[in-house]
Amino acid sequence: MTMQIYDLIIVGAGPAGITASVYAARQKLNFLVISLDIGGQAAWSGDIENYTGYQFITGPELAKKFQEHMSKYDIVLKENENVIRLKKSGEIILIETNKADYRARSVIIASGKKSKELGVRGEVEFKNRGLTYCATCDGPLFAGKEVAVIGGGNSALDAAMQLVKIAGHIYIINNTDRLGGDKVARQKVEEADNVTIYNNSQVLAILGDKFVNAIIIKDKGKEKQLTVGGVFVEIGLIPNSAFAEGLQMNQNKEIKVTVDNRTNIPGIFAAGDVTDVPEKQIIIAAGEGSKAALSAFRYLALKKES
Amino acid sequence: MAKYVKVYSTPTCPWCIRVKDFLKENKIEFQNLDVAADQLAADEMVKKSNQMGVPVLDIDGQIIVGFDKEKIKLALGI
Repeated sequence: MTMQIYDLIIVGAGPAGITASVYAARQKLNFLVISLDIGGQAAWSGDIENYTGYQFITGPELAKKFQEHMSKYDIVLKENENVIRLKKSGEIILIETNKADYRARSVIIASGKKSKELGVRGEVEFKNRGLTYCATCDGPLFAGKEVAVIGGGNSALDAAMQLVKIAGHIYIINNTDRLGGDKVARQKVEEADNVTIYNNSQVLAILGDKFVNAIIIKDKGKEKQLTVGGVFVEIGLIPNSAFAEGLQMNQNKEIKVTVDNRTNIPGIFAAGDVTDVPEKQIIIAAGEGSKAALSAFRYLALKKES
Repeated sequence: MAKYVKVYSTPTCPWCIRVKDFLKENKIEFQNLDVAADQLAADEMVKKSNQMGVPVLDIDGQIIVGFDKEKIKLALGI
């Protein structure tokens, strides 16, 4: 059986991928979108007040608007599919997912970023058993409990602020001298009655039985056990770029792109938070997605001529 | 016969919203339990699913964690 060769495959359906798909549809390309989810990080955002046209919209609502816009066109979306490998072989780009193999003449990687993991003992075992990467989602389940927030930047502050109202006591485990992030948020967290901050501290292990019941930290060189029923990991994000073979990346594993979204491999384009474009914003990701689609369109047109 | 569907969710989690939209689109009636506001429901969810992530679906006693479209379809017979 010969496998279909698409003009374009878009990896990811966040703001960049969805916008690229709308542009690709309007250029009448034979393409498909492969993604684990729809909306990407935008769907997990709280209140959005800087996306032009909406003075105020929540993340899930904006993601839904994106999806509605996408559904105006006849776009083939392979949801819940995870790209494992992507490489160029001759003139064709091969994509392997957890479900199938695909081939395309061009690709736009718009796979965004995901939460960084701690890499300590107990993390995998207790995921969703007291350990979570989404305070917005799961926070309310920890009402009255003692919890730990791991991290010291804006996302950690965000999680801590949400938990101040819900949890019994909050330990913040921060590995630098003092908390970073937004000044206003930091002050609020520092002044809360039910917050204890451990600076210069690291998490060594997550302990528990059926659910998390403690963590071991190294506090200024000394090991210490804290009794907690919940652990919120908020140590930042990493790009979903590991599947891409042969692409140039910066030290943060972000894919290097030119102003017109080309990577170092002809035919492979990238857009949004997975790239080294400065500033990670929904509106920027969307704009980059449109640019990438137009670049891919031009690339395909030139290929056809030659 | 219609199945009895319970959705354990929080108002803020995107997957909860998507799960409920999916059920509505397919005209499936369900009971929504807000585990942020209802502590008993939260305990029930943890006990049933052995974990603390939302959403959780209870379809005639079958427990599904997360928005697993295929599993949900299978359980609902749609």
